[in-house]
Amino acid sequence: MASYSSPSAGSNVAGLTDLTTTLEERFGKEITKGTADSGFILTVSLTQPSILPALCRFLFWENGCLFGGIVAEEQPARWQMHYAFLLPGAGWVKVDLSLPIETTVLPSIVADVHAADWHEREIEDLFGIHFENHPRLGDFVLHDQTWHEGIDPMRKSFSPSRPQLELKEDLEWKPLLVVSEPGSFAMPVGPVYEGGVGESLHFLLETVGEDVIRAVPRLFYNYRAVEKIAEGRTVTDALLLAERFAATSAFAHSLAYCRAAESIAGVEAPPRAVALRVLLAELERLRHHAGAIAAICESTALAVSAAQASIIEENLLRASCAFAGHRYLFGLNTPGGLNRDFGTEQCRTLLTAVDKAESDLRTLEKRLRLSSSFLDRLEDVGVVTGESARDLNLVGPIGRASAQHCDLRAACPYSGYERYAFEIPLETEGDGYARLRVLLAEATQSARLIHQVVDSLEDGPVHVPWSVNHAGAALGWAEAPRGAALHWLRVNDSGAVERYRAVTPSFNNWLGFHVAAENFAFQDFPIILATFGLSATECDR
Amino acid sequence: MSFWFWHGLRKGIQSTRYPAHVESAPGVSPGRPVNTDFSTVEDAQLAAEICPTDAIVAHGKSTYVNHGKCVHCQLCLNSLSSPMNWEAGYEWTRLPANQTESLPFPSAFAKSMHIMVVDAGDCGACLHEVKLLSNPLYNMHRLGFFLTPTPRAADLLLVVGPVSENMRGPLLKTWEAMPTSKKVMAVGSCAISGGVFGKSFMCACGVGSVLPVDFEVPGSPPPPLAILHGLLTVAGRKSLKSLEPISEGRH
Repeated sequence: MASYSSPSAGSNVAGLTDLTTTLEERFGKEITKGTADSGFILTVSLTQPSILPALCRFLFWENGCLFGGIVAEEQPARWQMHYAFLLPGAGWVKVDLSLPIETTVLPSIVADVHAADWHEREIEDLFGIHFENHPRLGDFVLHDQTWHEGIDPMRKSFSPSRPQLELKEDLEWKPLLVVSEPGSFAMPVGPVYEGGVGESLHFLLETVGEDVIRAVPRLFYNYRAVEKIAEGRTVTDALLLAERFAATSAFAHSLAYCRAAESIAGVEAPPRAVALRVLLAELERLRHHAGAIAAICESTALAVSAAQASIIEENLLRASCAFAGHRYLFGLNTPGGLNRDFGTEQCRTLLTAVDKAESDLRTLEKRLRLSSSFLDRLEDVGVVTGESARDLNLVGPIGRASAQHCDLRAACPYSGYERYAFEIPLETEGDGYARLRVLLAEATQSARLIHQVVDSLEDGPVHVPWSVNHAGAALGWAEAPRGAALHWLRVNDSGAVERYRAVTPSFNNWLGFHVAAENFAFQDFPIILATFGLSATECDR
Repeated sequence: MSFWFWHGLRKGIQSTRYPAHVESAPGVSPGRPVNTDFSTVEDAQLAAEICPTDAIVAHGKSTYVNHGKCVHCQLCLNSLSSPMNWEAGYEWTRLPANQTESLPFPSAFAKSMHIMVVDAGDCGACLHEVKLLSNPLYNMHRLGFFLTPTPRAADLLLVVGPVSENMRGPLLKTWEAMPTSKKVMAVGSCAISGGVFGKSFMCACGVGSVLPVDFEVPGSPPPPLAILHGLLTVAGRKSLKSLEPISEGRH
């Protein structure tokens, strides 16, 4: 049965004081501390890149910080590297590293913070910065069978409209295979085939027979260079990209992006918009979780339950469309609030649909608990231990099924979440069934939140004028249905986007997928994939 | 475990009665903007200006909508003092812009058409709507439409997404592996015009620049019934006459 951890918002002021004191003691000479700025409660600037790994290790392992992500920025004569960490209950801590633009090699923090692995690989592939002692660089975003080495598309000198002259003509890709036992083979899955309708991603499942020994996903087939093509656009035009790189969590991402834009302009959305944003974000979470539960039922071939869960999801999509005009809640968020208001009657109709969905999910849960063949496929399958989850910084429902209780709604409240009563379900087993239970319990909490928003909704405008006419940068964050989402936005003084970076929960969690999939049998693979419920397109951007 | 059987039966038939009847449940379709006559030239200009993808073109007091570019941001509905007209409905299938006709499949395919779905850089919305066609509410199998995991058995290639550079090769290989006669249907505004992603070093600006497209289903995303209408059109069960006329200010 799920245990719950209650959110205690903003209570970790002592943690921040402790952190600053110990930082001073340990690294006093090499760092300069900044004040709260652009969404961060503390900025630590390094004078020596060589102490970076030790500092990150200190934050992540000794102070219980969670790893947020790395943002690389190319400025006229400098590289600006930002390493974001979350001190739970207090806020975001940023480690800044400024280096001359000629720098080509940086110390890698992978040995200390494993969760930084893919961040560094991505930066190496897109910016051409090498990370010393990183175990595996190259062939990540730009696939080796299509792209030449030496192309760094995120550099300012690279034009996004550049014609595709550098493409290779279907060169052979030599995958890195590890299993070399006699009789071993690698079973390819994807990018096109994934059981009929599936997102584009690729696995080479290495095996000597029954068990999958190695299962590392190859992603970025859906890479549309959202972060590159956003540069130079206005903030409102780039919002379309932030919203539409991953439809199943569109509202959460647009919310994080809009909050970054509001933070730069120093504008706050009016109270009614803030409350309605919670309602819409929770509606999206409820719908996403219903869909994820349907996918789990489908993966175990329990057809009736899959059909019933899928009906719940479709009903929620229809309710979203009748309520907000779009089945996936596109086009609602805007910097400064929301594009439209909702009437009391509309909210009541939505509540009916939400209650129906919630009670249908409860009924489904009861029946699933009585289906032994279903439980057999989930229990003790795809296990991620608490240690692994912490090590790889797994976020969202997957992390919470492995005893990682990070939920940005409580750990770093935004958009007024601290005003509502809700609980964060927590499981410790880390298997497929634990992940299913977390999804079911979170769906109930989302319905509960939607009720509270409607009951306490104040009158007022839903939008305040927003414009940005000065340069600035800020971090926006939101707990997307799959976990923590971070959006870093920098605009120049004419109001155009200079750098946009989205760290998505799928990007975080795909890194840990192999832990769950390895050493389980082939027939468990689709089930583990479904209980992870990750999105390739959300990772790829 | 036998209770699943009873619970399934007790739910009864949930499937939509489309195409025999019109489906009018609330929320099955978000609708879309249509050509609108405004009372002043300025209002028409404002509507054209607010559209982030230039899907709305103003001529005097009239505006024309190119649905292949519309990304359903709803700005022309929610953020204008005199908004664009919106139509309900979902029968949106149309021909590619430069084409005057596309032949549907011969009658042998009418009740048995196998569909290969390729995600070519999709945001997940169109792909998800395609996936929902298999749920009991839409149940496309009752109409003889089947998803197939192999191109060798596929009649129709259904492509979602603007065609990302990393998927261009797999998409072409899938198309080449399909037996003739094969058809291609582009689903969603991204697959038709590139949508918000446009043309860049990583995006091919739609399926049409990579493959010959026979039919298009505009929408962002087109709801399941719009995709179903597309499938019925490809299978020759919805006549070409019901297709949207070409005269809607497309360029």
